[in-house]
Amino acid sequence: MTTSYQLKRADFIFKYENDWEEILSKCISRTPQELINDLISSELKGRGGAGFPTGLKWKLTAEVAGATKYVICNADEGEPGTFKDREILSMVPYKVLTGMAVCGYVIGAKEGYIYLRGEYFFLQPELNKAICEFEYYCKAINLDFTIRIFMGSGAYICGEETALFESMEGKRGEPRNKPPFPSNSGYMGKPTVINNVETLAHTYTIFKYGAKRFYDLGVQYSRGSKLFSVSGDTPKPGIYELELGMSLSDFVEEFGDGDTKAVQVGGASGFLVPRKRFNETAIGFQGKLTGISLPTGGSMMLFNSSRSMFNVLDNYLEFFREESCGQCTPCRVGCQQLLKGIKAVKRGEKNAKYLDKLLRLTETMKLTAKCGLGQSVANSFSAIVENFREEMIY
Amino acid sequence: MNPVSELIKNLADQHGRSRNNLLPILQGVVEQEKYLSEYSMVEIARELDLPAAEVYGTATFYSFLEHKKMGRYIIRICKTITCSMKGKNQVLLAIEDMLKINVGETTPDGIFSLLQTNCLGFCHKAPAMLINNEVYTDLTPEKVREILSIYLKKKKEGGSHDN
Repeated sequence: MTTSYQLKRADFIFKYENDWEEILSKCISRTPQELINDLISSELKGRGGAGFPTGLKWKLTAEVAGATKYVICNADEGEPGTFKDREILSMVPYKVLTGMAVCGYVIGAKEGYIYLRGEYFFLQPELNKAICEFEYYCKAINLDFTIRIFMGSGAYICGEETALFESMEGKRGEPRNKPPFPSNSGYMGKPTVINNVETLAHTYTIFKYGAKRFYDLGVQYSRGSKLFSVSGDTPKPGIYELELGMSLSDFVEEFGDGDTKAVQVGGASGFLVPRKRFNETAIGFQGKLTGISLPTGGSMMLFNSSRSMFNVLDNYLEFFREESCGQCTPCRVGCQQLLKGIKAVKRGEKNAKYLDKLLRLTETMKLTAKCGLGQSVANSFSAIVENFREEMIY
Repeated sequence: MNPVSELIKNLADQHGRSRNNLLPILQGVVEQEKYLSEYSMVEIARELDLPAAEVYGTATFYSFLEHKKMGRYIIRICKTITCSMKGKNQVLLAIEDMLKINVGETTPDGIFSLLQTNCLGFCHKAPAMLINNEVYTDLTPEKVREILSIYLKKKKEGGSHDN
Protein backbone atom coordinates (compact mmCIF):
# COMPACT_ATOMS: atom_id res chain seq x y z
CA MET A 1 0.00 0.00 0.00
CA THR A 2 1.21 3.45 -0.80
CA THR A 3 0.97 5.87 2.04
CA SER A 4 -2.16 7.84 1.41
CA TYR A 5 -1.28 11.06 -0.32
CA GLN A 6 -3.75 13.89 -0.35
CA LEU A 7 -4.74 15.37 -3.64
CA LYS A 8 -2.82 18.60 -3.99
CA ARG A 9 -3.84 21.19 -6.51
CA ALA A 10 -1.22 23.33 -8.17
CA ASP A 11 -1.54 26.38 -10.34
CA PHE A 12 1.50 27.01 -12.47
CA ILE A 13 0.69 26.12 -16.04
CA PHE A 14 -2.36 28.31 -16.54
CA LYS A 15 -1.23 31.09 -14.24
CA TYR A 16 -1.19 34.22 -16.32
CA GLU A 17 2.33 35.61 -16.56
CA ASN A 18 3.12 38.65 -18.65
CA ASP A 19 6.87 38.55 -18.20
CA TRP A 20 7.95 36.10 -20.87
CA GLU A 21 10.21 38.70 -22.48
CA GLU A 22 12.02 39.16 -19.21
CA ILE A 23 12.31 35.40 -18.58
CA LEU A 24 13.63 34.78 -22.08
CA SER A 25 16.21 37.57 -21.79
CA LYS A 26 17.25 36.34 -18.38
CA CYS A 27 17.67 32.78 -19.64
CA ILE A 28 19.88 33.67 -22.57
CA SER A 29 22.14 35.72 -20.32
CA ARG A 30 22.95 32.51 -18.46
CA THR A 31 25.11 29.68 -19.77
CA PRO A 32 23.48 26.63 -21.39
CA GLN A 33 25.09 24.51 -18.69
CA GLU A 34 23.36 26.49 -15.93
CA LEU A 35 20.00 26.09 -17.62
CA ILE A 36 20.53 22.36 -18.09
CA ASN A 37 21.51 22.05 -14.42
CA ASP A 38 18.28 23.80 -13.44
CA LEU A 39 16.23 21.29 -15.40
CA ILE A 40 18.21 18.33 -14.08
CA SER A 41 17.87 19.40 -10.46
CA SER A 42 14.14 20.06 -10.92
CA GLU A 43 13.79 16.40 -12.01
CA LEU A 44 11.28 17.40 -14.66
CA LYS A 45 10.28 14.37 -16.71
CA GLY A 46 8.51 14.40 -20.06
CA ARG A 47 4.80 15.13 -19.72
CA GLY A 48 3.71 13.37 -22.87
CA GLY A 49 3.59 10.07 -21.03
CA ALA A 50 6.98 8.45 -21.51
CA GLY A 51 8.63 10.41 -18.72
CA PHE A 52 12.15 10.83 -20.06
CA PRO A 53 14.16 13.34 -17.95
CA THR A 54 13.97 16.65 -19.82
CA GLY A 55 17.28 18.05 -18.59
CA LEU A 56 19.09 14.95 -19.77
CA LYS A 57 17.40 15.16 -23.17
CA TRP A 58 18.57 18.74 -23.65
CA LYS A 59 22.04 17.88 -22.36
CA LEU A 60 22.49 14.92 -24.71
CA THR A 61 21.42 16.99 -27.70
CA ALA A 62 23.58 19.94 -26.66
CA GLU A 63 26.61 17.66 -26.52
CA VAL A 64 26.19 16.36 -30.07
CA ALA A 65 28.24 18.38 -32.55
CA GLY A 66 26.28 19.77 -35.48
CA ALA A 67 25.63 23.05 -37.19
CA THR A 68 21.95 22.30 -37.76
CA LYS A 69 19.73 21.14 -34.93
CA TYR A 70 15.99 21.37 -34.31
CA VAL A 71 13.57 21.94 -31.46
CA ILE A 72 10.19 20.35 -31.94
CA CYS A 73 7.14 20.82 -29.80
CA ASN A 74 4.96 17.74 -29.99
CA ALA A 75 1.38 18.98 -30.15
CA ASP A 76 0.00 15.86 -31.82
CA GLU A 77 -2.22 15.23 -28.84
CA GLY A 78 -4.13 12.16 -29.96
CA GLU A 79 -4.30 9.81 -27.00
CA PRO A 80 -7.94 9.13 -26.18
CA GLY A 81 -8.90 11.13 -23.12
CA THR A 82 -6.28 13.84 -23.32
CA PHE A 83 -6.98 17.45 -24.21
CA LYS A 84 -4.64 19.50 -22.03
CA ASP A 85 -2.12 20.52 -24.73
CA ARG A 86 -4.75 22.34 -26.75
CA GLU A 87 -5.68 24.32 -23.67
CA ILE A 88 -2.03 25.22 -22.99
CA LEU A 89 -1.50 26.37 -26.57
CA SER A 90 -4.61 28.51 -26.54
CA MET A 91 -4.27 29.92 -23.01
CA VAL A 92 -0.52 30.31 -22.42
CA PRO A 93 1.26 29.92 -25.77
CA TYR A 94 4.12 32.22 -24.72
CA LYS A 95 5.28 29.78 -22.08
CA VAL A 96 5.65 27.08 -24.71
CA LEU A 97 7.34 29.39 -27.21
CA THR A 98 9.75 30.62 -24.53
CA GLY A 99 10.57 27.03 -23.58
CA MET A 100 11.31 26.26 -27.22
CA ALA A 101 13.54 29.29 -27.71
CA VAL A 102 15.48 28.61 -24.51
CA CYS A 103 15.93 25.02 -25.66
CA GLY A 104 17.20 26.31 -29.01
CA TYR A 105 19.70 28.50 -27.18
CA VAL A 106 20.83 25.60 -24.98
CA ILE A 107 21.33 23.02 -27.71
CA GLY A 108 22.34 25.38 -30.51
CA ALA A 109 19.24 25.20 -32.71
CA LYS A 110 17.90 28.06 -34.78
CA GLU A 111 14.68 26.48 -35.95
CA GLY A 112 11.71 25.29 -33.99
CA TYR A 113 8.55 23.55 -35.14
CA ILE A 114 5.23 22.93 -33.51
CA TYR A 115 3.70 19.74 -34.88
CA LEU A 116 0.03 20.46 -34.42
CA ARG A 117 -2.55 17.74 -34.96
CA GLY A 118 -4.93 18.30 -37.86
CA GLU A 119 -7.92 18.20 -35.53
CA TYR A 120 -6.63 21.42 -33.91
CA PHE A 121 -6.44 23.35 -37.17
CA PHE A 122 -8.63 26.05 -35.63
CA LEU A 123 -5.84 26.96 -33.17
CA GLN A 124 -3.62 28.12 -36.01
CA PRO A 125 -4.56 31.81 -36.45
CA GLU A 126 -4.13 32.71 -32.77
CA LEU A 127 -1.01 30.64 -32.41
CA ASN A 128 0.54 32.22 -35.49
CA LYS A 129 -0.16 35.64 -34.04
CA ALA A 130 1.65 34.68 -30.84
CA ILE A 131 4.57 33.29 -32.84
CA CYS A 132 4.84 36.51 -34.85
CA GLU A 133 5.05 38.62 -31.73
CA PHE A 134 7.45 36.17 -30.17
CA GLU A 135 9.82 36.11 -33.13
CA TYR A 136 9.76 39.89 -33.25
CA TYR A 137 11.07 39.99 -29.69
CA CYS A 138 13.70 37.31 -30.43
CA LYS A 139 15.01 39.53 -33.21
CA ALA A 140 15.07 42.53 -30.90
CA ILE A 141 17.30 40.71 -28.43
CA ASN A 142 19.46 39.17 -31.19
CA LEU A 143 18.28 35.65 -30.57
CA ASP A 144 18.36 33.79 -33.86
CA PHE A 145 15.34 31.52 -33.50
CA THR A 146 12.26 30.97 -35.65
CA ILE A 147 9.17 28.88 -34.99
CA ARG A 148 6.84 27.36 -37.56
CA ILE A 149 3.70 25.33 -37.26
CA PHE A 150 3.61 22.02 -39.08
CA MET A 151 0.12 20.61 -39.43
CA GLY A 152 -0.61 16.94 -38.99
CA SER A 153 -3.40 15.24 -40.91
CA GLY A 154 -5.23 12.92 -38.58
CA ALA A 155 -2.79 10.15 -37.70
CA TYR A 156 -2.51 9.14 -34.04
CA ILE A 157 0.80 7.38 -34.59
CA CYS A 158 2.49 10.66 -35.53
CA GLY A 159 2.58 11.50 -31.82
CA GLU A 160 5.32 8.88 -31.62
CA GLU A 161 8.42 11.01 -32.00
CA THR A 162 10.14 9.22 -34.85
CA ALA A 163 6.86 8.83 -36.77
CA LEU A 164 6.42 12.57 -36.30
CA PHE A 165 9.82 13.20 -37.94
CA GLU A 166 8.87 10.95 -40.85
CA SER A 167 5.63 12.87 -41.24
CA MET A 168 7.43 16.22 -41.22
CA GLU A 169 9.77 14.84 -43.87
CA GLY A 170 6.79 14.23 -46.12
CA LYS A 171 6.46 10.51 -45.61
CA ARG A 172 4.06 8.01 -44.11
CA GLY A 173 4.08 8.35 -40.34
CA GLU A 174 5.86 5.08 -39.67
CA PRO A 175 8.02 4.90 -36.54
CA ARG A 176 11.74 4.32 -37.00
CA ASN A 177 13.95 1.86 -35.20
CA LYS A 178 15.69 3.25 -32.13
CA PRO A 179 18.59 3.82 -31.78
CA PRO A 180 19.54 6.24 -33.18
CA PHE A 181 17.66 8.47 -30.77
CA PRO A 182 16.47 11.96 -31.72
CA SER A 183 19.30 13.57 -29.73
CA ASN A 184 21.63 12.18 -32.40
CA SER A 185 19.42 11.80 -35.41
CA GLY A 186 15.94 13.28 -35.42
CA TYR A 187 14.19 15.49 -37.95
CA MET A 188 16.09 15.37 -41.27
CA GLY A 189 18.67 13.18 -39.55
CA LYS A 190 19.82 16.11 -37.41
CA PRO A 191 20.12 16.28 -33.61
CA THR A 192 16.66 17.16 -32.35
CA VAL A 193 14.98 17.85 -29.05
CA ILE A 194 11.34 16.89 -29.14
CA ASN A 195 9.26 17.79 -26.12
CA ASN A 196 5.58 17.64 -25.30
CA VAL A 197 3.68 20.94 -25.09
CA GLU A 198 3.22 20.62 -21.34
CA THR A 199 6.88 19.77 -20.71
CA LEU A 200 7.92 23.02 -22.42
CA ALA A 201 5.38 24.97 -20.38
CA HIS A 202 6.85 23.50 -17.18
CA THR A 203 10.36 24.65 -18.17
CA TYR A 204 8.96 28.19 -17.99
CA THR A 205 7.93 27.63 -14.37
CA ILE A 206 11.37 26.23 -13.57
CA PHE A 207 13.27 29.06 -15.25
CA LYS A 208 11.09 31.64 -13.59
CA TYR A 209 10.68 30.30 -10.06
CA GLY A 210 13.76 28.10 -9.83
CA ALA A 211 14.24 24.35 -9.84
CA LYS A 212 13.52 23.95 -6.15
CA ARG A 213 10.02 25.39 -6.41
CA PHE A 214 9.17 22.66 -8.91
CA TYR A 215 11.10 19.91 -7.14
CA ASP A 216 9.25 20.61 -3.90
CA LEU A 217 6.01 19.49 -5.52
CA GLY A 218 5.19 15.82 -5.91
CA VAL A 219 7.00 12.85 -4.45
CA GLN A 220 10.30 11.07 -4.93
CA TYR A 221 10.88 10.07 -8.59
CA SER A 222 7.75 12.00 -9.57
CA ARG A 223 8.48 15.64 -8.99
CA GLY A 224 6.38 18.60 -9.88
CA SER A 225 2.80 19.04 -10.93
CA LYS A 226 1.03 17.73 -13.98
CA LEU A 227 -2.10 18.50 -15.92
CA PHE A 228 -4.77 15.84 -15.86
CA SER A 229 -7.49 15.57 -18.46
CA VAL A 230 -10.45 14.12 -16.58
CA SER A 231 -13.38 12.64 -18.47
CA GLY A 232 -15.90 9.82 -18.51
CA ASP A 233 -18.25 9.15 -15.62
CA THR A 234 -17.37 12.12 -13.47
CA PRO A 235 -19.47 15.06 -12.29
CA LYS A 236 -16.61 17.44 -13.07
CA PRO A 237 -14.84 16.66 -16.33
CA GLY A 238 -12.08 19.07 -17.28
CA ILE A 239 -8.40 19.89 -16.89
CA TYR A 240 -6.79 19.95 -13.46
CA GLU A 241 -3.23 20.60 -12.37
CA LEU A 242 -2.29 18.26 -9.54
CA GLU A 243 0.91 17.28 -7.81
CA LEU A 244 2.26 13.92 -8.86
CA GLY A 245 2.26 10.98 -6.49
CA MET A 246 -1.41 10.99 -5.51
CA SER A 247 -3.09 7.69 -4.87
CA LEU A 248 -5.78 6.66 -7.27
CA SER A 249 -8.28 6.26 -4.43
CA ASP A 250 -7.83 9.93 -3.50
CA PHE A 251 -8.29 10.82 -7.13
CA VAL A 252 -11.48 8.78 -7.40
CA GLU A 253 -12.81 10.25 -4.20
CA GLU A 254 -12.43 13.70 -5.70
CA PHE A 255 -13.51 13.02 -9.27
CA GLY A 256 -15.59 9.86 -9.16
CA ASP A 257 -19.38 9.77 -9.19
CA GLY A 258 -19.54 7.44 -6.20
CA ASP A 259 -19.86 4.37 -8.38
CA THR A 260 -16.48 4.19 -10.11
CA LYS A 261 -15.72 0.70 -11.33
CA ALA A 262 -12.43 1.34 -13.10
CA VAL A 263 -10.14 4.15 -14.16
CA GLN A 264 -8.19 4.24 -17.40
CA VAL A 265 -4.90 5.96 -16.60
CA GLY A 266 -2.92 7.28 -19.58
CA GLY A 267 -5.46 6.78 -22.34
CA ALA A 268 -6.18 3.70 -24.42
CA SER A 269 -2.48 2.86 -24.50
CA GLY A 270 -2.23 3.30 -20.74
CA PHE A 271 -3.38 1.18 -17.85
CA LEU A 272 -6.83 0.17 -16.71
CA VAL A 273 -7.13 -0.02 -12.95
CA PRO A 274 -10.11 -1.87 -11.43
CA ARG A 275 -11.67 -0.64 -8.19
CA LYS A 276 -9.92 -3.21 -6.00
CA ARG A 277 -6.55 -1.73 -6.97
CA PHE A 278 -7.33 1.97 -6.43
CA ASN A 279 -5.69 1.96 -3.00
CA GLU A 280 -2.40 0.49 -4.05
CA THR A 281 -2.00 2.55 -7.20
CA ALA A 282 -0.24 5.89 -7.33
CA ILE A 283 0.02 8.27 -10.25
CA GLY A 284 3.59 9.14 -11.13
CA PHE A 285 6.64 7.61 -12.68
CA GLN A 286 8.15 4.23 -11.86
CA GLY A 287 10.45 4.43 -8.92
CA LYS A 288 10.96 2.66 -5.70
CA LEU A 289 7.57 3.64 -4.39
CA THR A 290 5.84 0.80 -2.68
CA GLY A 291 2.90 -0.38 -4.67
CA ILE A 292 2.29 0.38 -8.29
CA SER A 293 3.10 3.74 -9.79
CA LEU A 294 1.58 4.48 -13.16
CA PRO A 295 2.98 7.02 -15.58
CA THR A 296 0.52 9.02 -17.62
CA GLY A 297 0.30 11.71 -20.23
CA GLY A 298 -2.55 12.95 -18.07
CA SER A 299 -5.54 11.13 -19.47
CA MET A 300 -7.86 9.93 -16.71
CA MET A 301 -11.09 8.30 -17.84
CA LEU A 302 -13.53 7.09 -15.24
CA PHE A 303 -16.01 4.27 -15.80
CA ASN A 304 -18.92 3.57 -13.49
CA SER A 305 -20.71 0.31 -13.00
CA SER A 306 -23.22 1.02 -15.77
CA ARG A 307 -20.45 0.61 -18.36
CA SER A 308 -19.76 -2.63 -20.13
CA MET A 309 -16.04 -3.28 -20.10
CA PHE A 310 -16.50 -5.35 -23.24
CA ASN A 311 -17.65 -2.21 -25.04
CA VAL A 312 -14.71 -0.28 -23.63
CA LEU A 313 -12.19 -2.85 -24.87
CA ASP A 314 -13.98 -3.18 -28.20
CA ASN A 315 -13.72 0.60 -28.62
CA TYR A 316 -9.99 0.65 -27.76
CA LEU A 317 -9.20 -2.20 -30.13
CA GLU A 318 -11.13 -0.59 -32.95
CA PHE A 319 -9.07 2.53 -32.29
CA PHE A 320 -5.77 0.65 -32.37
CA ARG A 321 -6.72 -1.36 -35.43
CA GLU A 322 -7.35 1.86 -37.33
CA GLU A 323 -4.39 3.78 -35.98
CA SER A 324 -1.78 1.04 -36.29
CA CYS A 325 0.59 2.26 -39.01
CA GLY A 326 0.65 -1.22 -40.51
CA GLN A 327 4.40 -1.33 -40.79
CA CYS A 328 5.10 -4.27 -38.46
CA THR A 329 3.13 -7.50 -38.47
CA PRO A 330 2.66 -8.02 -34.72
CA CYS A 331 0.78 -4.75 -34.39
CA ARG A 332 -1.06 -4.72 -37.72
CA VAL A 333 -2.31 -8.29 -37.56
CA GLY A 334 -2.35 -8.44 -33.77
CA CYS A 335 -4.83 -5.59 -33.38
CA GLN A 336 -7.12 -7.10 -36.03
CA GLN A 337 -7.04 -10.53 -34.43
CA LEU A 338 -7.65 -9.24 -30.91
CA LEU A 339 -10.70 -7.35 -32.08
CA LYS A 340 -12.03 -10.32 -34.04
CA GLY A 341 -11.23 -12.59 -31.13
CA ILE A 342 -13.16 -10.79 -28.41
CA LYS A 343 -16.17 -10.43 -30.70
CA ALA A 344 -16.07 -14.16 -31.44
CA VAL A 345 -15.97 -14.98 -27.73
CA LYS A 346 -18.82 -12.61 -27.05
CA ARG A 347 -20.95 -14.21 -29.75
CA GLY A 348 -20.11 -17.63 -28.35
CA GLU A 349 -18.30 -18.75 -31.50
CA LYS A 350 -15.17 -19.30 -29.45
CA ASN A 351 -15.09 -20.58 -25.90
CA ALA A 352 -13.79 -18.59 -22.95
CA LYS A 353 -10.38 -20.26 -23.11
CA TYR A 354 -9.77 -18.42 -26.35
CA LEU A 355 -9.30 -15.29 -24.24
CA ASP A 356 -6.12 -16.84 -22.80
CA LYS A 357 -4.84 -17.38 -26.30
CA LEU A 358 -5.51 -13.70 -27.03
CA LEU A 359 -3.66 -12.75 -23.85
CA ARG A 360 -0.64 -14.64 -25.13
CA LEU A 361 -0.93 -12.76 -28.41
CA THR A 362 -0.74 -9.44 -26.55
CA GLU A 363 2.41 -10.72 -24.82
CA THR A 364 3.92 -11.43 -28.22
CA MET A 365 2.95 -7.95 -29.38
CA LYS A 366 4.55 -6.45 -26.31
CA LEU A 367 7.81 -8.19 -27.14
CA THR A 368 7.90 -7.83 -30.88
CA ALA A 369 6.02 -4.71 -31.99
CA LYS A 370 8.28 -1.99 -33.27
CA CYS A 371 6.90 0.93 -31.29
CA GLY A 372 4.88 1.87 -28.26
CA LEU A 373 1.52 1.51 -30.01
CA GLY A 374 1.71 -2.22 -30.60
CA GLN A 375 3.55 -2.84 -27.36
CA SER A 376 1.02 -1.05 -25.21
CA VAL A 377 -2.15 -2.76 -26.47
CA ALA A 378 -1.38 -5.49 -23.93
CA ASN A 379 -1.78 -3.06 -21.01
CA SER A 380 -5.49 -2.41 -21.14
CA PHE A 381 -6.30 -5.70 -22.86
CA SER A 382 -4.89 -7.85 -20.08
CA ALA A 383 -6.31 -5.65 -17.32
CA ILE A 384 -9.82 -5.79 -18.79
CA VAL A 385 -9.77 -9.47 -19.72
CA GLU A 386 -8.32 -10.52 -16.38
CA ASN A 387 -10.46 -8.34 -14.15
CA PHE A 388 -13.72 -8.36 -16.08
CA ARG A 389 -13.59 -11.78 -17.66
CA GLU A 390 -17.27 -12.49 -17.17
CA GLU A 391 -18.19 -9.31 -19.04
CA MET A 392 -16.13 -10.53 -21.98
CA ILE A 393 -18.01 -13.82 -22.18
CA TYR A 394 -21.64 -13.12 -21.28
CA MET B 1 -3.85 25.69 -67.35
CA ASN B 2 -6.06 23.28 -65.44
CA PRO B 3 -7.08 25.01 -62.17
CA VAL B 4 -5.85 22.07 -60.06
CA SER B 5 -2.48 22.10 -61.77
CA GLU B 6 -2.27 25.81 -61.17
CA LEU B 7 -3.17 25.36 -57.51
CA ILE B 8 -0.47 22.72 -57.15
CA LYS B 9 2.10 24.89 -58.84
CA ASN B 10 1.23 27.80 -56.55
CA LEU B 11 1.42 25.60 -53.47
CA ALA B 12 4.81 24.28 -54.55
CA ASP B 13 6.03 27.85 -55.13
CA GLN B 14 4.80 28.80 -51.68
CA HIS B 15 6.08 25.80 -49.69
CA GLY B 16 9.00 24.57 -51.77
CA ARG B 17 9.60 21.48 -53.86
CA SER B 18 11.51 19.17 -51.58
CA ARG B 19 10.09 16.04 -50.05
CA ASN B 20 9.50 17.64 -46.65
CA ASN B 21 7.09 20.08 -48.30
CA LEU B 22 4.86 17.27 -49.47
CA LEU B 23 2.41 17.25 -46.58
CA PRO B 24 1.65 21.00 -46.64
CA ILE B 25 1.05 20.73 -50.39
CA LEU B 26 -1.28 17.74 -50.01
CA GLN B 27 -3.12 19.62 -47.26
CA GLY B 28 -3.39 22.70 -49.44
CA VAL B 29 -5.02 20.71 -52.24
CA VAL B 30 -7.44 19.01 -49.85
CA GLU B 31 -8.41 22.35 -48.36
CA GLN B 32 -9.38 23.68 -51.79
CA GLU B 33 -10.61 20.57 -53.54
CA LYS B 34 -11.89 18.64 -50.50
CA TYR B 35 -10.01 15.58 -51.71
CA LEU B 36 -6.99 14.34 -53.61
CA SER B 37 -7.90 13.02 -57.02
CA GLU B 38 -5.60 10.67 -58.87
CA TYR B 39 -4.92 13.56 -61.20
CA SER B 40 -3.86 15.81 -58.27
CA MET B 41 -1.53 13.18 -56.90
CA VAL B 42 0.15 12.61 -60.24
CA GLU B 43 0.49 16.37 -60.73
CA ILE B 44 2.04 16.80 -57.28
CA ALA B 45 4.47 13.98 -58.05
CA ARG B 46 5.46 15.69 -61.28
CA GLU B 47 5.82 19.08 -59.63
CA LEU B 48 8.02 17.68 -56.83
CA ASP B 49 9.81 15.19 -59.04
CA LEU B 50 8.74 12.24 -56.91
CA PRO B 51 7.43 8.82 -57.96
CA ALA B 52 3.62 9.01 -58.06
CA ALA B 53 3.49 5.89 -55.87
CA GLU B 54 5.35 7.73 -53.11
CA VAL B 55 2.84 10.55 -53.19
CA TYR B 56 -0.05 8.08 -53.18
CA GLY B 57 1.54 6.09 -50.35
CA THR B 58 1.98 9.17 -48.22
CA ALA B 59 -1.39 10.71 -48.98
CA THR B 60 -3.37 7.56 -48.20
CA PHE B 61 -1.66 7.17 -44.82
CA TYR B 62 -3.39 10.20 -43.34
CA SER B 63 -7.06 10.03 -42.49
CA PHE B 64 -7.66 13.74 -43.12
CA LEU B 65 -6.25 13.56 -46.64
CA GLU B 66 -9.31 12.20 -48.36
CA HIS B 67 -8.81 10.53 -51.70
CA LYS B 68 -12.47 10.11 -52.48
CA LYS B 69 -14.57 13.04 -53.59
CA MET B 70 -16.09 14.65 -50.49
CA GLY B 71 -18.89 17.10 -49.91
CA ARG B 72 -18.35 20.77 -49.25
CA TYR B 73 -18.84 20.19 -45.53
CA ILE B 74 -17.17 17.15 -44.04
CA ILE B 75 -18.78 16.09 -40.78
CA ARG B 76 -16.42 14.02 -38.63
CA ILE B 77 -18.04 12.68 -35.53
CA CYS B 78 -15.81 11.34 -32.78
CA LYS B 79 -16.39 7.68 -32.02
CA THR B 80 -13.72 7.12 -29.38
CA ILE B 81 -14.58 5.90 -25.93
CA THR B 82 -15.88 8.94 -24.04
CA CYS B 83 -17.92 10.29 -26.94
CA SER B 84 -19.26 6.83 -27.52
CA MET B 85 -20.24 6.56 -23.84
CA LYS B 86 -21.92 9.94 -23.86
CA GLY B 87 -24.37 9.37 -26.65
CA LYS B 88 -22.47 9.54 -29.93
CA ASN B 89 -24.75 6.94 -31.52
CA GLN B 90 -27.92 8.97 -30.95
CA VAL B 91 -26.24 12.02 -32.44
CA LEU B 92 -25.07 10.00 -35.39
CA LEU B 93 -28.58 8.63 -35.96
CA ALA B 94 -29.98 12.15 -35.87
CA ILE B 95 -27.51 13.25 -38.55
CA GLU B 96 -28.14 10.21 -40.74
CA ASP B 97 -31.85 10.74 -40.41
CA MET B 98 -31.69 14.42 -41.24
CA LEU B 99 -29.29 14.18 -44.19
CA LYS B 100 -30.55 10.78 -45.42
CA ILE B 101 -27.05 9.39 -45.71
CA ASN B 102 -25.02 6.77 -43.83
CA VAL B 103 -21.52 7.03 -42.47
CA GLY B 104 -19.06 7.19 -45.36
CA GLU B 105 -21.56 8.73 -47.77
CA THR B 106 -22.03 12.14 -49.33
CA THR B 107 -25.39 13.81 -49.94
CA PRO B 108 -26.40 13.71 -53.63
CA ASP B 109 -26.13 17.52 -53.83
CA GLY B 110 -22.48 17.26 -52.76
CA ILE B 111 -22.94 19.42 -49.69
CA PHE B 112 -22.31 17.07 -46.76
CA SER B 113 -20.13 14.05 -46.20
CA LEU B 114 -20.50 12.07 -43.00
CA LEU B 115 -17.53 10.32 -41.41
CA GLN B 116 -16.54 8.95 -38.04
CA THR B 117 -13.14 9.82 -36.64
CA ASN B 118 -10.93 8.96 -33.69
CA CYS B 119 -10.50 11.03 -30.54
CA LEU B 120 -10.90 14.74 -31.24
CA GLY B 121 -9.65 15.74 -27.79
CA PHE B 122 -12.95 17.02 -26.43
CA CYS B 123 -13.68 14.12 -24.08
CA HIS B 124 -14.69 16.53 -21.30
CA LYS B 125 -17.36 17.96 -23.61
CA ALA B 126 -18.45 14.74 -25.27
CA PRO B 127 -19.85 13.96 -27.74
CA ALA B 128 -17.94 16.14 -30.19
CA MET B 129 -17.68 16.56 -33.94
CA LEU B 130 -15.87 18.60 -36.54
CA ILE B 131 -17.52 20.21 -39.55
CA ASN B 132 -14.52 21.01 -41.74
CA ASN B 133 -12.32 22.76 -39.17
CA GLU B 134 -15.08 23.92 -36.79
CA VAL B 135 -15.56 22.03 -33.52
CA TYR B 136 -18.94 21.37 -31.96
CA THR B 137 -19.19 19.86 -28.49
CA ASP B 138 -21.71 18.65 -25.89
CA LEU B 139 -23.86 17.40 -28.73
CA THR B 140 -27.38 16.09 -28.43
CA PRO B 141 -29.69 15.03 -31.26
CA GLU B 142 -31.55 18.37 -30.91
CA LYS B 143 -28.37 20.42 -30.91
CA VAL B 144 -26.92 18.68 -33.93
CA ARG B 145 -30.17 19.22 -35.88
CA GLU B 146 -29.94 22.94 -35.11
CA ILE B 147 -26.30 23.10 -36.20
CA LEU B 148 -27.01 21.30 -39.46
CA SER B 149 -29.98 23.49 -40.26
CA ILE B 150 -27.69 26.52 -40.05
CA TYR B 151 -25.39 24.88 -42.59
CA LEU B 152 -28.35 23.99 -44.78
CA LYS B 153 -29.46 27.62 -44.71
CA LYS B 154 -25.96 28.70 -45.71
CA LYS B 155 -26.19 26.38 -48.66
CA LYS B 156 -29.52 27.83 -49.77
CA GLU B 157 -28.25 31.37 -49.48
CA GLY B 158 -26.00 30.42 -52.30
CA GLY B 159 -22.42 29.49 -51.74
CA SER B 160 -22.62 27.60 -54.99
CA HIS B 161 -19.61 29.62 -56.10
CA ASP B 162 -17.43 28.16 -53.36
CA ASN B 163 -17.81 24.60 -54.54
